[in-house]
Amino acid sequence: MTPKALKVTTPSERELVMTREFSASRGMVFDALTQPELLQRWLLGPPGWTMPVCEVDLRVGGTYRYVWANADGGKMGMGGTFREIVRPSRIVATERYEDYWTGGETVVTMELVETRGTTTLSTTVRYASQEARDAALKMGATKGLEASYHRLEELLKA
Amino acid sequence: MKPTSYALDAIFAALADPTRRAILARLAHGDAAVAELAEPFDMSQPAISKHLKVLERAGLISRGREAQRRPRRLEPHPLAEATDWIERYRRLWEANYKRLDAVLQEMKSKEKKTVEALLETVKPKPRKRRTR
Repeated sequence: MTPKALKVTTPSERELVMTREFSASRGMVFDALTQPELLQRWLLGPPGWTMPVCEVDLRVGGTYRYVWANADGGKMGMGGTFREIVRPSRIVATERYEDYWTGGETVVTMELVETRGTTTLSTTVRYASQEARDAALKMGATKGLEASYHRLEELLKA
Repeated sequence: MKPTSYALDAIFAALADPTRRAILARLAHGDAAVAELAEPFDMSQPAISKHLKVLERAGLISRGREAQRRPRRLEPHPLAEATDWIERYRRLWEANYKRLDAVLQEMKSKEKKTVEALLETVKPKPRKRRTR
């Protein structure tokens, strides 16, 4: 594992925590997390998806909305409201997928800590329940039966 | 939230056999009855049925309701779980963060250029030597 490898942990039954280091100042990382023209370049998910809609009203009480799309006409929307914004160290926002059950309110906390030019970004996602968290994880892992079959075939070929 | 280790053992034991992997690959293209599944193999139907039982116990396949044929069907979810959805989720995000690395790299080089250009404008111009 490289020192930069992303860590994903589930410290409690309702939480998911992702930690990753970036070799940039936290001001830059903060901008890349909050400016639409930057977000659209990296927050894309599985291969083949783009983010044609990215609206961010960066103020407490302001909302954001992302819509991802793929070449097959698939669309997925997600959005929420900012609860705390402390540039460049902290963002707290609610999160809700438009077409998936998330079992109530999901709260995302992003914390940025900079040490000698390296920024550690910790993202804590707090779901309404364990069921909601597991469903969200599974959604990411088993998105589309087609993809599952494809992966299965790859595995079986080996 | 993870499948139990017992379930995982059953899945990996089921996948360890090449005939069973071939059966799964066949079922990935659509449901099939025992006779159809036995066809490509030089094996008796009871021998194939034995393999099917192992796959069924591992939850990798199920039986259709059609009374006569009882076609077998692939169940992709246990396999997806066996490969661990936290790891899949992690990979999905790692791909995002790799792109973010590239964006940050570009932001850094742009900032460096801006600073250099700025320094250039305030740099004292070399004085011309006065001629006597």
